[in-house]
Amino acid sequence: MARIIVVTSGKGGVGKTTTSAAISMGLAKKGHKTVVIDFDVGLRNLDLIMGCERRVVYDIINVINEEASLNQALIKDKNCNLLSILPASQTRNKDALTQEGVGKILEELSKEFKYIVCDSPAGIEQGAHLAMYFADDAFIVTNPEVSSVRDSDRILGLLSSKSQRAEKNEEPIKEYLILTRYAPERVKSGEMLSLDDVQDILSLDLLGVIPESKSVLTASNSGNPVILDEKSDAGQAYGDIVARYLGETRPHRFIEGKKGLFRKLFGGG
Amino acid sequence: MTINAQNKSYSSPALEFKSTMFSVPVLGVASDDLVLIEQLLNEKIKLAPEFFKHSPVILDFQEVNKKQLTIAIEAVVAVIRKAGLFAVGVRGGSDLQHQQAIELGIAVTANTEIKAELPKTPKIITAPKDDAQASDDSTTVLITKPIRSGQRIYSHGDLIVLAQVGAGAEILAEGNIHVYGTLRGRALAGVQGNAEARIFCSDLQAELISIAGHYKISDDIQGAISNTPIQIYLQKNALVIKPIA
Ligand SMILES: Nc1ncnc2c1ncn2[C@@H]1O[C@H](COP(=O)(O)OP(=O)(O)OP(=O)(O)O)[C@@H](O)[C@H]1O
Ligand SMILES: [Mg+2]
Repeated sequence: MARIIVVTSGKGGVGKTTTSAAISMGLAKKGHKTVVIDFDVGLRNLDLIMGCERRVVYDIINVINEEASLNQALIKDKNCNLLSILPASQTRNKDALTQEGVGKILEELSKEFKYIVCDSPAGIEQGAHLAMYFADDAFIVTNPEVSSVRDSDRILGLLSSKSQRAEKNEEPIKEYLILTRYAPERVKSGEMLSLDDVQDILSLDLLGVIPESKSVLTASNSGNPVILDEKSDAGQAYGDIVARYLGETRPHRFIEGKKGLFRKLFGGG
Repeated sequence: MTINAQNKSYSSPALEFKSTMFSVPVLGVASDDLVLIEQLLNEKIKLAPEFFKHSPVILDFQEVNKKQLTIAIEAVVAVIRKAGLFAVGVRGGSDLQHQQAIELGIAVTANTEIKAELPKTPKIITAPKDDAQASDDSTTVLITKPIRSGQRIYSHGDLIVLAQVGAGAEILAEGNIHVYGTLRGRALAGVQGNAEARIFCSDLQAELISIAGHYKISDDIQGAISNTPIQIYLQKNALVIKPIA
C-alpha cells in the first residue's frame, strides 16, 4: 500500500511546493517509487520547480474528466526514473477537482507507487481540502512568524476533523512539522519566532528545520529540486528530513546560527 | 445580596424587565420538627454568616411531603425570617402549601432544577473529531489532544482538556472548564446560565473568557497572571481571575 503525504500550510508562499519537490525527489533517490501531485489548480508551479513545464500535455483535471488516462498525464522526472509528476491545470477552474475524482486517482496510483506526495494550494478551500482529505501523513510547512503558525494550527484542526481518517474514525493522520525559511540571526534579534516559540503553539513531531537560503531560488530557477544540491544548507536540511521520515535518527541542524571565525577558533558560544 | 441591589440605575423607561439570571439557594425541608430546622439552619449560617445575611432562599418541600409529614408553610417562613433570611419562593409543595405561600406573598416556583449531577465516568475523546462536538448527556468530556484554531468543542457537563487550546479555537461547557495546557482561544463556562461554573487553567493567554454570559476579552485579561495555574469565577456579577493558591 502506498503512503499518502500531504504538504500543507494554510498560509501561502511558505515553501510547500519547494518542500514537495524536495522530499519527493529525496524519497525517489532513496529507491522508493514516488509520485508528486500538484493540487494548485489555476496556479500550478510544481512543474516549474521540477523543471518539466515544457513536457506537460495532460493534467489532473483531464484525468478526472476522463479526457486522458493517468499514464498519459504522468510525467517521468528527468533526474530520477523512480519519480513521476502529475501536474495541475493552469487553465481550469479549481472546482473541477472533485472528491470522487481525486479518490479514484489516488487509488490507482496506490497500486503502483510507494509514496504519493500531494502539494497543497494555500488556503482552506476545495483544493487544499482535497489534497489533505485522503492523507496518511501531513507535513505542516510553517514559517517562523505568527500568522503562519496560526494558519498551521487551523489546518491541523481541519486534518483532525475533515479528513477521511477522521470521518471514518480511523487512526488519525500523522502530523509532522517542517519549519522553513529559518534564520537564526533574525530569531536572536527578535524579528522571527524561535523553534521553541513555534513548538509552544503547535507541539508537533519536528521533521526538520530548513534554513533561509539563496540555494532555494537558484534551484527553482534551474528546475532542479534543491535537495539535489548536496552542498547547500537547504539541500542538506531536506536530505535530513527524508532520512528522518524513513526512520533514521539524525541530530537536528540549522537551528543555531553559524559560528563566526573567532568563535570557531577560540571556542565558546 | 438583596434583590434591590440589582436595580441600581433608574433611567427611562421607568420600568424595565431585565432577564438577568442570579442564583438563589434552595433550602430543602426534610423534617416537620421546627426546632430541629431552626437549629440546623443556625449551624449552617454560622459557617458563612456574610453569605447568608439577608439572603433570599427558596423552600423546597419535596422531601418532607414524600415522608407524608404535614408542615405549615407559615411556621417555616417564620423560622427562616428569624434566622435573617428571606423566603422568596416555594416549590415541591402540595396544592394547599402553594396556596398558603401565595397568601403569604411568596412566589411558587417551577420545580425544574439544573441538577448539579455528580460527574459520571468521563467520556473520553482523544482527538476532537468534529467542529461542533457535543456530548449527548451531562457527562464530563475529556479531550487529550490540542484543540486547534477553528475547532469548537461543547460539553453539556464539565470539559477537561489535557492539551492546549489554540488561538481561534472555542471551548464551551455548561459546567466547569479545566485546561491543563495553555489556554489561548476562547473559553466559555456555564453557558446555560450556571453562575457557579468555573474555569481552571495552567496558563491563561485567552482571547476571551466567560462564565454564565459575563465575559472578559484578552485586553482586559492582559496583565493577569500568565504561566501560573489560575481559576476564574463569578463574584457579584464580576469575573474574578485568581491564582490557585
Ligand atoms: N528555505 C528557503 N529559503 C529561501 N527562500 C525560500 C525557501 N523556501 C521557499 N523559498 C521561496 O519562497 C517562495 C515561495 O515558495 P513556494 O512556492 O515553495 O511556497 P508555497 O507554499 O508552495 O506557495 P503557494 O502557497 O503560493 O503555493 C519562493 O520564491 C521560494 O523560492
Ligand atoms: Mg505552492
